[in-house]
Amino acid sequence: MTGVAVIGAGHSVFGTRRDVNIPELCWESMKPALEKANLEPKDIDFFVVGNLGIWSSELAVPSIMAEYADLAPKGSMRVEAACATGSAAVRVGYTTIKSGLADIVMVLGIEKMQESPNPSVIELIGRFGSYFWEFENFGLTFPGYYALHASAYMMKYGAKEEDLGKIAVKNHFYGAKNPFAQFRKEIDVATVMKGPYVAWPLKLFDCSPITDGSACIILASEKKVKELGIEEKVWILSQGVGTGTANLSKREEFTSLASARYAAEQAYKLAGIEDPVKQLDGANVHDCFTIAEIMAYEDLGFCKRGEGYKLAREGQTYIGGRIPVNVDGGLKAKGHPIGATGVSMAVEAYKQLLSKADKGRQADIKNGRWLTHNVGGTGHYTYVTIYGLEKR
Amino acid sequence: MDVKEAIEKTGFPIIPDEKSGVLQWYDVRELRLRYILSVEGIKKFYEGLKEGKLLATKCKCGRLFFPPQKDCPSCKKSEMEWVELKKEGVLETLTVIHVRPTSFSHYDPYVVGIAKLDDGVRILAWYRGEPKLNQGQRVRVEIVKRKEGYLSYELVPI
Repeated sequence: MTGVAVIGAGHSVFGTRRDVNIPELCWESMKPALEKANLEPKDIDFFVVGNLGIWSSELAVPSIMAEYADLAPKGSMRVEAACATGSAAVRVGYTTIKSGLADIVMVLGIEKMQESPNPSVIELIGRFGSYFWEFENFGLTFPGYYALHASAYMMKYGAKEEDLGKIAVKNHFYGAKNPFAQFRKEIDVATVMKGPYVAWPLKLFDCSPITDGSACIILASEKKVKELGIEEKVWILSQGVGTGTANLSKREEFTSLASARYAAEQAYKLAGIEDPVKQLDGANVHDCFTIAEIMAYEDLGFCKRGEGYKLAREGQTYIGGRIPVNVDGGLKAKGHPIGATGVSMAVEAYKQLLSKADKGRQADIKNGRWLTHNVGGTGHYTYVTIYGLEKR
Repeated sequence: MDVKEAIEKTGFPIIPDEKSGVLQWYDVRELRLRYILSVEGIKKFYEGLKEGKLLATKCKCGRLFFPPQKDCPSCKKSEMEWVELKKEGVLETLTVIHVRPTSFSHYDPYVVGIAKLDDGVRILAWYRGEPKLNQGQRVRVEIVKRKEGYLSYELVPI
């Protein structure tokens, strides 16, 4: 089967984007992606749009973009996997090329969450588990889902709220260096601790924000990479995908995400990775809440179970530490436009591996491998993708 | 400025954003959603609550389901027996929902917990107790009438 390469990548500014509508926001990432790949819209064989979209007005985003950006009559679809929607879109692009059905696929992730007022977004986002058994009667919110994990984790391992706060501090530190981030401001642990509780023990600064944004990558087959003479590219080495139960009460434990462990195992096996810390140069993990990043360290094997909070406490996931994580600000500071997040992670993998990250947030690239970990819901879906400079 | 006012003033439902001043069109077609879900397959669960019982389904193969489900994926049969759960177990985790959805704004911040019942299944519900992390906290399930007037269940510390 053919290798699949990312040959172009683009990113909009994330944040409150009331200045643009949906196609305008899409174009902000689509244009640079096409330019980097040196392609025109007509060169795209197939395109896929990751968009959750219940809070925004337009449901047929692929059609909207076919019209706005001259992609008609090429094939397309919109995909959804909660907060892992962007990675689900990457999977469609990846497998479409792998299967030989297309040579060039555009993967676009877009979310315009602020087309609805915040209370509506909070109301809707709480429904990404089992709506009937968890939300209807017990009003479990999205922060609540992760708070249940934070409590269990703290009770089992003795982690403190300050340890969670360290994740927010790190991600804001790097967000401040990312011109596309929603929050470009450093914070300290005291700021995190002073924040009001959203869902105890999670406070305001433990939570990623409500964000508008888009991200875009262009994928190409091995044949096309040669034909176009593309120099700057990264390869998708592998992808693992897992699904978890809808009801949290159907799970055996609340200190780890089984779907993430499953996805990581697949991705590592397919990419020949036995020791992720030694074989990867860094990672983007799904830090929708600070506890999620700590569990990700463990689920991805960056440390043993129960030791993730120590990596946070010791600052081991800054550049120069054991393994750099979320050095673009993560969902926490860069922002979390649901459908765009997974694609934004792919853009970051592309930038980091090609050493094109902004000053102060470029990791050392020695192994030429970067990992992305994108979770939908609370481990309801997990996509782990490994990108590399060299084709496997 | 509300939408009506905006239309009268500018001729359109267009209002500048408070912070940035960029123009926003306010949708005049408001959408209200209320889903209609089938509970025909689990109607015994609600009959059980009326009798003060917490019911689960049990397949002939021995597999126990809570929340109850009609079909067994293990043996592919749908001949479930309704069994009463013991209503006691251990609290495994909890949270306090401070920022509530609008549809729960008539409640004070509420505690949500997950308990593992002695029968082996887990249950998620509101926890009527101090939101403290105590390893091994025993709880019982109580059938309660909600503010909205219908029967539900809560976890209560023992």
